[in-house]
Amino acid sequence: MTFSPALEEKFARILTIYPPGRQRSAVVPMLLYAQDEIGHVSQEVIDEIAHRVGIAPMQVDEVIGYYSMLHRKPLGKYHVQVCTNICCLLVGGQSLLEHASKTLGIGNKQVTADGLFSLEEVECMGACSWAPAIQVNYDFHHKVTPERLDRLIEDIRKAQGTKQVS
Amino acid sequence: MIYNEPSPLEVKVISQRFTLPNSAAIDTYLATDGYLAVKKALGMTPEAIIDEMKASNLRGRGGAGFPTGMKWSFVPRKTDKPRYIICNSDESEPGTCKDRLLMENDPHQLLEGMMIAGWTVGSNKGYVFIRGEYRYLIDIVDRAIAEAYERGFLGKNVFGSGWDFDIYTHTGAGAYECGEESALLESLEGKRGIPRLKPPFPAVVGAWQSPTLLNNCETFSAVPAILRMGGPAYAELGTPKNGGTRLFCISGHVNKPGVYELPLGFNLLRMIDEVCGGMRNGKKLKAVIPGGSSSPVLKAQECDVPMDFDSMAKLKTMAGSGGVVVLDEDTDIVQLAMRTMKFYQHESCGWCIPCREGTTWLKKILDRFHEGDGRSEDIPLIGELARNMLGRTFCALGDAAAMPTIGFIEKFRDEFEAHLLKTQDPQSPELIVL
Amino acid sequence: MPVEIDVTTVYIEDRPYPMDPEQNLLHQCLSAGFNLPYFCWHPALGSVGACRQCAVKQFKDEHDKHGRIVMACMTPASDGTRISIKDSEAAAFRAGIIEGMMLNHPHDCPVCDEGGECHLQDMTVMTGHDYRRYRFEKRTFRNQYLGPFLNHEMNRCIQCYRCVRFYREYAGGADFNSFALRNLVYFGRDKDGVLENEFAGNLVEVCPTGVFTDATLKRHYTRKWDLEFSPSICTQCSLGCNISIGKRYDTLRRVVNRYNGEVNGYFLCDRGRFGYEFVNSERRIRQSRLRTEAIGPDAAKRHLRDLVASNPGVIGIGSPRASLESNFALRALVGPDRFYAGIPSSELELLRLMLDILRSGPAGTPSLREVESSDAVLVLGEDVMNVAPRMALSLRQSVRQQPIEIAKRLHVALWQDHGVREVLQDAKGPFFIATSSATRLDDIATECCRGAPDDVARVGYAIARALHSSSPEPQDLADNQRAFVESVTNAFKMAKRPLVISGASYRNIGIIRAAANVSRVLPGATLSFITPECNSFGLAFLTGTSLEAAIKAKPTAAIVIENDLYRRLPAPEVDSFFSQCAHVVVLDHLENRTTTRAELVLSTATFAEADGTLVNNECRAQRFFGVFPPSETIRQSWQWLGEWENLDRVIADMSGGVPGLSGIAQAAPSAAFRMSGAKVPREPHRWSGRTAVLANITVDEPKPPVDLNSPLSFSMEGNPDQPPAALIPFFWSPGWNSAQATNKFQEEIAGPLRGGDPGVRLIEAGQGEGIPMASRAAESDEDARLSAPNRDRQGADAFNGALFASVPSAFQPRENEWLIIPLFHIFGSDELSRAAPAVAQLFPDPYLALNADDAAKFGAEASVMGRNLPVRVTPGLPQGVAGLPSGLPPLEGIMLPAWSGISRI
Repeated sequence: MTFSPALEEKFARILTIYPPGRQRSAVVPMLLYAQDEIGHVSQEVIDEIAHRVGIAPMQVDEVIGYYSMLHRKPLGKYHVQVCTNICCLLVGGQSLLEHASKTLGIGNKQVTADGLFSLEEVECMGACSWAPAIQVNYDFHHKVTPERLDRLIEDIRKAQGTKQVS
Repeated sequence: MIYNEPSPLEVKVISQRFTLPNSAAIDTYLATDGYLAVKKALGMTPEAIIDEMKASNLRGRGGAGFPTGMKWSFVPRKTDKPRYIICNSDESEPGTCKDRLLMENDPHQLLEGMMIAGWTVGSNKGYVFIRGEYRYLIDIVDRAIAEAYERGFLGKNVFGSGWDFDIYTHTGAGAYECGEESALLESLEGKRGIPRLKPPFPAVVGAWQSPTLLNNCETFSAVPAILRMGGPAYAELGTPKNGGTRLFCISGHVNKPGVYELPLGFNLLRMIDEVCGGMRNGKKLKAVIPGGSSSPVLKAQECDVPMDFDSMAKLKTMAGSGGVVVLDEDTDIVQLAMRTMKFYQHESCGWCIPCREGTTWLKKILDRFHEGDGRSEDIPLIGELARNMLGRTFCALGDAAAMPTIGFIEKFRDEFEAHLLKTQDPQSPELIVL
Repeated sequence: MPVEIDVTTVYIEDRPYPMDPEQNLLHQCLSAGFNLPYFCWHPALGSVGACRQCAVKQFKDEHDKHGRIVMACMTPASDGTRISIKDSEAAAFRAGIIEGMMLNHPHDCPVCDEGGECHLQDMTVMTGHDYRRYRFEKRTFRNQYLGPFLNHEMNRCIQCYRCVRFYREYAGGADFNSFALRNLVYFGRDKDGVLENEFAGNLVEVCPTGVFTDATLKRHYTRKWDLEFSPSICTQCSLGCNISIGKRYDTLRRVVNRYNGEVNGYFLCDRGRFGYEFVNSERRIRQSRLRTEAIGPDAAKRHLRDLVASNPGVIGIGSPRASLESNFALRALVGPDRFYAGIPSSELELLRLMLDILRSGPAGTPSLREVESSDAVLVLGEDVMNVAPRMALSLRQSVRQQPIEIAKRLHVALWQDHGVREVLQDAKGPFFIATSSATRLDDIATECCRGAPDDVARVGYAIARALHSSSPEPQDLADNQRAFVESVTNAFKMAKRPLVISGASYRNIGIIRAAANVSRVLPGATLSFITPECNSFGLAFLTGTSLEAAIKAKPTAAIVIENDLYRRLPAPEVDSFFSQCAHVVVLDHLENRTTTRAELVLSTATFAEADGTLVNNECRAQRFFGVFPPSETIRQSWQWLGEWENLDRVIADMSGGVPGLSGIAQAAPSAAFRMSGAKVPREPHRWSGRTAVLANITVDEPKPPVDLNSPLSFSMEGNPDQPPAALIPFFWSPGWNSAQATNKFQEEIAGPLRGGDPGVRLIEAGQGEGIPMASRAAESDEDARLSAPNRDRQGADAFNGALFASVPSAFQPRENEWLIIPLFHIFGSDELSRAAPAVAQLFPDPYLALNADDAAKFGAEASVMGRNLPVRVTPGLPQGVAGLPSGLPPLEGIMLPAWSGISRI
């Protein structure tokens, strides 16, 4: 399989930055970038990346199982990640997660029927001093209140022109 | 960009450029003493640089607090193998959000620190290992690297020295364990981040079988300033054996949580009251987690203490990664203990039994306490299971899970007792404030 | 002179013990006889510190009363170390570890196949954990289908990581792994399917509990304590791995590894472990017959006697899969002159040449332990994995020998497995393969060189030449051959313990001669020959006359023992032999084409019912003992053929009468051996049902069967002490019910069994006339001590005690013919395992092997030697060479290599 020209260019570069014969080192970055483009790590992606870095698909699979950001199943187009670790918990992270679940109508690690959103309770994302924090895909949102969260979701939905899923 | 107002009490050494416009740009950096230190270093012998680092009393900012100069001296220079410089920006200790700011606001400072380290140990390649969640920082650091190449500061013949140095970024993909240096190396090699056995130490057999110098992002970021001002002057900023300043990430129930650069040894209560504007909503201080979620909690009465590695050790806790979590009187310690354990259970790699099974069991027990359904026999069991992890697991994750748990159960046993076998405690305050 | 410290003193519970500082404390505590529980550590796999089960308390000095808990497996046994195993804190921690494992381990011991020989059970009892405090649900997994050999029950997994470490790191398997993390770590394949590695069956013993259990045993399950065991020798290749065979009632239930430090160590191959089921086969001959009529044993024996008396010209045809004793009994009955080897001359001559070479030295022939410690290896013309599988596992370890020096230099203790692997990563020592097609060891080879068998021989000669100018020089080597020769030569010059492996697979004398030359010009080299069958060398000790000679003799009567001649020669030749032979007697245990040609068939014992001696590929004579009580109707060949009182009498006659075999009596104690007046019991002392097992027939408890042939008894009674190594029926020690009990039988962990590993070597290097060791410096032409190429007589390349001189000419492909070579299959090429259902599932279908170019020419199917066969693309086959699977019906009688046309269908 091939990826977008931009990603192919990135992959070509990544494969050169490690010492000769150590292309396996590229496996985690390549998986993450491929997931960004495709939405999840499909078997096709596994086979392709395994081939490119010169290891068995099973060794790639083994790696995927270890890293929490790599997903074998498709995520929503907007992956809402709510931190509930201690610093966020102290200032409302847990209820923010519950609120997000209600607003999106999905539970933890679920995807909305239209595939627009997915929700995940995540561990500390490095925004402790500006808690509670969420990430939508890779974008950080600090000091998030339920109201701000609702607005954010509403804006995304509007931008997508999709109907609200009850 | 910075996310909180600076405090006048800050001593800005590594965060001095944070508030400058375009702070990440190379021109901003060059206008504020940027790349002077590496030029100076290129005229020094490795021994002299290491002496300077030792004199600075800089201790690893990742959490362990190991003297940086000494670590640099461990890398063998008489070897035909390549040597690697690796920056640990896999910041993931709950309570910690400083590396983010360093990379976002002053990436060239980091690059310069890595270059000095590279020159010192005779390395030609450096990698910045950035946690996967910090995607935008990869772009920022990549841009800074590109700028440095454009100016000829990286690549062949750095500053005419005849020495070559390249820096690359590498992303993780979500694993707390990879913050441990040998697990990070496994991850860098494209494997599961299971920690390695030591010896061999990374300084001798690290990345790709070669000698490797690994330091935290903040540690490398402090290096240019140390070379510019001299080791002793940097050391002076802190307390004896705890040189310089560090970024304290203060979170929790204070009025102005944020990341502040303060000298080592800064008093914890002053940090809360004077730097962070005191407790939120006028509540009373109950406790502080002083160095990230794996450090044992300090009760309010223990908090009149200088924040440095040795003072924390005396109180049987840790300065750790600089994540200071402030808890007010309404905090539900049981919930906090439960959530802490949930985190470590989630991050346990499954290699060794005390951690794998201990965290799982503890999480289930603490869950039950949190639901008000605790069993009295489980209170001693919590301590027993935690102590079976302490110092007895394969890597430090077991310790990281055990230490806070033991702290909570020893210092707040009464709160656990209050959660015994009842579904709802009318006295129990609502923890979550919206 | 500096004093080398090789023994240190370690204090355990304040008492001093001498220990090896190169080892870890767990290894040394177990060696010293202490009971210290462990899981992730394995004597062959080293320490990884995963399970934390072997915790002990370590003290700084004798005044330190506090101490700290350390993992014994991760702590070197350095001088002055003081530890306590009994310490209450350490003991409580160890119990806590078991408690942790028991959070999820099901309480299904009564229905678990591992129950009764479970290391987890043993360790649980040892730590004293007995009360469950965990009050939550257990996690569950989905199991996988892993093929015909292994059951998978992941819920029982304690995540010690032994399986994946053995399978991937030790055995080089790729289709098995650990998945996921925290308390969900899963060991298996990425999806259901047959495990590909030839050593997967070892997981049965490597797994400390019942995740991987023996699927063949499950079909006729019996608890270990209810099995009756014998020490036996695997008959399914020439390596002679030691096995412990277990039976109950009339069925052979299973085979497990029987540790022999010099031979198989801790591991077997899957053919050896699972091929045993032919013993229970429907095709067994359980009664003698005259023509089509079943007859009793006495009548059978009478007929045989009459036949021999009335046919003075009767000949005997022996077998490389029958014991020395049975072959000797036949030889004694018909006379040495009329005893024939039962294998074609093309094979027999090679066997005798190999024996001559080994006798002459100077290169010794290595045990598998020595193979494992070789630091540079050249394989000439053998597909080791498929012909002698267990040796392939040893070779996988040998490639670590040279890189391991790096770890030593970095002061990484060699027992620290992951530390060493981290240092080594993919580094592999010199390992070279020259064969006619790809092999299953190519992945660890430094370089491979493919060529027709003659070209393999030429490459071998060229290496010998490059090492020493006295060896003859092959002309006109191709560039790739030259490069290969140079790499091998350079590696061998640097090696401390170089090894050359060769054998008879291609029936090519040049390859064997070339291997001999390399070994002879290389100081310190060892030379290992792989022979085709379990007693090939033993047979070669007894006769030098081939099967063709037997046919040429046109006898009127012939006795064939344990040999299907249709596997040896083309069917028309065998047919015509049987047609012209008036009387044919066949002694065998499975029906085959040869038994159908017999006038008299005598029902004969398999290895499981027999006692005897086999000579393996290193000329180690090893005794095996039957596990079934003597039967009137099924007898051993030597019992049918002679009147010896017992096995020892056969051995006495043979060792006195056959040159080279005088030592075989030492292979095991005689039947008269007693321990404190008692025999060695075959049954565990918990063996059940002794008084009830025949209750449907008689309520009287019968007298245990008498065993005249061995010092073993068919009983649970006997001396519970450790018997001599050759007589250990099974490993068991109080508190150690699993295979881990092996610890208790060794002089030190992973070392020899107490009293020395079993077996006696019939040939030691340099006992014959050898050439002086060449010195690397003296490689001048003046060095006349070596070789005299002109000494060849009559153009034949007779072995003259120096170097072989006649280099074969380069292989020339023919216009419309291909050289068909034999290709070997671990599952398929062996005769007897065909009748083992589990192994038979993995047989390939017959095929014609072609290289990609030829395959493109012929398409999916082609005709060769009168048969239409599917074409299989086989990498590495040179131009002009094709292959057929060896021994695989219906191709088994074809003599290979041979030239043949191939045509399109």
